[in-house]
Amino acid sequence: MSQEQGVLPAGLDNRAAGYQTSLLGGIANFFTKTLVIAELEVRKLRHDYTELFTRAAQPALWMLVFGEVFTRVRAIPTGKFRYIDFMAPGILAQSVLFIAIFYGIAIIWERDLGIVHKFLASPTPRTALVLGKALSAGIRAVSQAVIIYALSLLLGVRLSWSPLSILGIIIVIVIGAALFSTFSLIIACIVKTRERFMGIGQVLTMPLFLASNAIYPISIMPEWLKVIAHVNPLTYEVDALRAMMLVGGTSLYGIPFDFAALILSMIILVAIAAKLYPTVAR
Amino acid sequence: MSNLILEVNDLTKKFGDLVAVNSISFSVQAGEIFGLVGPNGAGKTTTVKMLTTLLPPTSGFASVAGFDVTHHARDVRRVIGYVPQLLSADGSLTGYENLLIFAKLYDIPSKEREKLVRDSLHFMGLSDSADKLVRSYSGGMIRRLEIAQAVLHKPRVLYLDEPTVGLDPVAREAVWEYVGTLAKGGTTIVITTHYMEEADAMCGRVAIMNHGKIAAMGSPADLKASIPQNGEAATLNKVFEYYVGDSLEPSDAEGSKKDFRDVSRTRRTARRLG
Repeated sequence: MSQEQGVLPAGLDNRAAGYQTSLLGGIANFFTKTLVIAELEVRKLRHDYTELFTRAAQPALWMLVFGEVFTRVRAIPTGKFRYIDFMAPGILAQSVLFIAIFYGIAIIWERDLGIVHKFLASPTPRTALVLGKALSAGIRAVSQAVIIYALSLLLGVRLSWSPLSILGIIIVIVIGAALFSTFSLIIACIVKTRERFMGIGQVLTMPLFLASNAIYPISIMPEWLKVIAHVNPLTYEVDALRAMMLVGGTSLYGIPFDFAALILSMIILVAIAAKLYPTVAR
Repeated sequence: MSNLILEVNDLTKKFGDLVAVNSISFSVQAGEIFGLVGPNGAGKTTTVKMLTTLLPPTSGFASVAGFDVTHHARDVRRVIGYVPQLLSADGSLTGYENLLIFAKLYDIPSKEREKLVRDSLHFMGLSDSADKLVRSYSGGMIRRLEIAQAVLHKPRVLYLDEPTVGLDPVAREAVWEYVGTLAKGGTTIVITTHYMEEADAMCGRVAIMNHGKIAAMGSPADLKASIPQNGEAATLNKVFEYYVGDSLEPSDAEGSKKDFRDVSRTRRTARRLG
């Protein structure tokens, strides 16, 4: 047996060597595989894009009903902005959050179908599987931006159309979706069943949304809620979106800080998820 | 030297108090079709999950092509193919895309990918449905697609977990035909099934599992010859009943069951020594 150790079949050894011998090769392999997982999502969307439109209902309700009413009553201090301007980036962040949270349940589905098992039995790095999923959520979430922009135009929100802002917004949305979908994946790995996930998913999304600056400024919150809002990554997502999306928009914490907070949260969550992901198949 | 591709030694998996796999040992020769047979809950799937690196063993050792499943999991994953129990191809992608994604995950060079995927689809008789969404496929077609998916990278060992469950007889036969062809091409096959007749017809050797243990192991012919012949033709089902006791049905005589076990243990020991 000993002389058999490490012998790979002819034709496989070259490929294997290409991705294990060097650190650089390892990194290249990691990103290639991440993109393959994301490609899978794009291909699915290409076959069935109706879902992108059916998801327009919720943000439309928030903006057309809630937004219009609160713009009239001026109950919430939003500085130089009309309330509808203020809330548009918040509702964008909210719909990205809702899309992302759905990913946990998708993982449980895929586990029940045996899809997860097949991916885990392949030599794909675990972190690439997780980050690829996160990126998939990001791609899906970008479509929400189109819907929110259309609604905003309809309601006369003063949108900034500078290409740099739009690029920045796309990046923030992708990171935001990646972050919360990974969070959702972690929950799915812990609770393991669809029923339990449904319950917990509901309990988590609304607090994340309400304990943020999405539909009112943090300055009007009670102290204890302010603390929670400041550790909630959604706050930094909304802050960055508000600064880039609106004409004359400014960031409360500074856009570089927002990006740093979002990226750091994402890295931590992806690292945790990569450890937990293999346990869903057990 | 014998050409062992798979070696399993005292492999054990416990879930809390439940011992799902209880210290099993076996080895498989390259090119063999090896069957793990037994009733539901016997520990077959748990065994396959450990051998495919999805589940870390509680204790014991297993190696595939010389790579330890615990410490060299990534190397093991490169040389194995795995078809899980459920029909797990992605319904919202086409058959072609299902294979293409896996070709990429297994580092098939981009120049060869397209041709390899088309050839595999052709080999599995799926060329006509290649560009249809898999959710429109029949169960038998999905199974064939999954086998194609699992062997794209020419694995040395292919694991099939209950590959024929839920398929009609024609589709079942087709699956076995492809498995036979793959084995002739040199792929080692480890297959779990609770259909004894299938194992009898297809497997070079089988291990009969019950309650997490291997009750008997050998070629179907040897196993059938090893039980008392009482005139009628021996079947693997009878072999199972003989070695396991009457546990295929709920037993009312615990004592006789114990006797059966003792007898079978003595026999196994005798065979090992002889």
